[in-house]
Amino acid sequence: MKLSLRFTSLLAPVFALIVAFGLSTLMLYLIGEDPIETFKIMYDYGKSGKSIVSILNRSVPLYISAVAVAVGFKMGLFNIGVESQYLMGSLLSAALGAAVALPSILHISLIIFVAILSSALWAAIAGYLKVKKGVHEVISTIMLNYIGTGIIAYLLANIFFEKVELSTTAPQTDLLPESARIPSLNAFLGIEDLPNLHGFIIGAVLVGILYYWIVWKTSLGFDLRATGSSPIAAKFSGANPGKLTIFAMMISGGFAGLIGIAPLTGYFFKYTTDFPSGLGFAGITVALLGRNHPIGMAFGAILLSFLERSAQILDLYDVPKEIEKIMQAVIVLSVVVAYEVVKRYVTNRQIKEASKVVSNA
Amino acid sequence: MLKTLKKNYLIFLPIAFIAVIAQVDKYDQLTTSGTFGAAIRLAIPICLAGLGGMFSERSGVVNIGLEGMMIMGTWFGAWAAWMYGPWYGILAGIIGGAMFGLIHAVGTVTFQVDHIVSGVAINILAAGVARFLNVVAYADQPTQSATQSPRIDGQVGDFTLPYLSGGGETPSLFGYLQDLDLPFLSDFAGLLLGATSNLSYISIFALTLIPIAAWTLWSTPFGLQMRSVGELPTGSESLGVNVYLMKYIGVMISGGFAGLAGAYLVLESSGIYREGQTAGRGFIGLASMIFGNYKPLGIFMGSGLFGYADALQLRSDDAVHGLLVLISLILLIISIKQIIEKKYLSASISIMLCLGFLIWFLNSETVPSEFVYFTPHITTLIVLSSASQKLRMPKKVGQPYRKGELN
Repeated sequence: MKLSLRFTSLLAPVFALIVAFGLSTLMLYLIGEDPIETFKIMYDYGKSGKSIVSILNRSVPLYISAVAVAVGFKMGLFNIGVESQYLMGSLLSAALGAAVALPSILHISLIIFVAILSSALWAAIAGYLKVKKGVHEVISTIMLNYIGTGIIAYLLANIFFEKVELSTTAPQTDLLPESARIPSLNAFLGIEDLPNLHGFIIGAVLVGILYYWIVWKTSLGFDLRATGSSPIAAKFSGANPGKLTIFAMMISGGFAGLIGIAPLTGYFFKYTTDFPSGLGFAGITVALLGRNHPIGMAFGAILLSFLERSAQILDLYDVPKEIEKIMQAVIVLSVVVAYEVVKRYVTNRQIKEASKVVSNA
Repeated sequence: MLKTLKKNYLIFLPIAFIAVIAQVDKYDQLTTSGTFGAAIRLAIPICLAGLGGMFSERSGVVNIGLEGMMIMGTWFGAWAAWMYGPWYGILAGIIGGAMFGLIHAVGTVTFQVDHIVSGVAINILAAGVARFLNVVAYADQPTQSATQSPRIDGQVGDFTLPYLSGGGETPSLFGYLQDLDLPFLSDFAGLLLGATSNLSYISIFALTLIPIAAWTLWSTPFGLQMRSVGELPTGSESLGVNVYLMKYIGVMISGGFAGLAGAYLVLESSGIYREGQTAGRGFIGLASMIFGNYKPLGIFMGSGLFGYADALQLRSDDAVHGLLVLISLILLIISIKQIIEKKYLSASISIMLCLGFLIWFLNSETVPSEFVYFTPHITTLIVLSSASQKLRMPKKVGQPYRKGELN
């Protein structure tokens, strides 16, 4: 029974992928492209060594973003504000990281600490508004995304950029010194002739483990999950929903702070107007896809990164690469439906089996 | 009358303050007819989205997907208007939004996916579809771009009230009063002039939908059935109402309204489809629905407020600077209230914030443009968190309903 349950929960994402490919095939066919040929081109490009490194690098922030969203989901909180939370953390940690000189380990730790702290505090606003003022977190986090974007643009252009000595017109923070950069894993793994595999991939694995530990192995995590599945029962078991909500928002925001670490310390080394954005929203997709499961989300992040990377080649063949956006979205939508169908199927079967047992007795 | 004033002082006092602040020359943009005209044009899409949210939630389905449906409205509206003309754009926007409403209904009603999850997925889907369609549909245009449509020309006519606002070569009473520059009277005339001049037929069409929506939901058997589905689905089912069908219709009407809101944005304010032009207005619409307590008139008032904030943001940085002193005054009132209620800690925080805004106001000439941009969003947050009203949401909103199950 246990095994077949596992198996059925794998059915959902497989079904979603089939639907997504089916719909994308239809779309490609309708605009007059050869679907099979297109998928083959994407696959061939996506499996090259260069692409694999790029896919892994892309999936690191994406995975962390998914974890940030999932912490909220576990408690029935929808943190749509991961986007502005991680940008806020990235900007502040980039500015501070460039301003101080420290030994490498301390320097990197400081950057990570500042990123976590500032993102968590930004996220706490939404938690506070929900608990004290009854503002639904979806609305408050979305409004905070716009507000945060404005504040970031202001801080970048008017406060931090003032101090930059480079001769450039694009607002940016100073470059991070050598001591604040996380090295790539290429030398360590003995990979040659390939782009850098970023070292923070280890950080992503740790984030996954930490997430698992917090949510499933601590009493705080138990309270979170209990509140998520039945707020009233959780309240009677002694959980304080108000406090928990603010906590959960802050943990979610804290994870969000880590999203920017890989790009910041790995290949950007500064915060600019073209610092990777949109990762917060992509994280929602991955969290839904991976069903908030630490390993499921890892697969989700890699899958999405694969689609994104392999779609890049399509421009050369005059196929609109935006087909990848549709594939992503259809995967999400069909996966949430598929999970629901599978869940209902499993429950029905359990009821049937239980009634069989009862009637036999 | 006095009772209403006393109960809603947090609404009326700011209005009075705005009228006072607007007497200073630098801030006169706060109450010109131009600002009010823009406010109406910006309030309409928010109001339409809010009405959309109302239909969906009255039938018991939470609709976070309004933003996505609005995005579909902008894309389809722009495309059809570019191909065939503005009214076709309106129609296509409604259909595009309703199609996404249908997807949301399939997800939430038939498959009973969590309403917010489905809504979030709808928003992601809409962004992807719009991007893809934009590339495909305008592929052979010289100005082809993934994020923009070609410029749409073709205007519908507009209407100005004769005699009062100077429509059709008649004298304009309100315009005359506004030009007199009398305190308060001219400001009020500006409000009326802005509300009654250069209203496009699309705006008038949209405005007439507000009473129609109210009438449909509260004065027809159909509306009664729809509301009953959101309150007590099992009871409705037992009286022969087709609950699933009502929910489907509610969510699709909701999508249609959101789509219309999107098409309106394209045709009335920008004349072009641009990625991200909805800028969270679907969510602001949702906020206006909550503010308006799930009722049309309240939604209209709420969206008027947000539209006004949006108009200030677009028209005048100076006027937004004037809002700083307004915030400071409001915080002062709140702190006095807190002192009366003996909440001294909160009161001291309020007073500190009040002084902070006052100092900011006195030591600056303008608000940085980056801050001006999020005026409507912060207004939304402030209003939602300070409107301490008794909300009465539909009883079973957001809860799954399955035929034959007792809940």
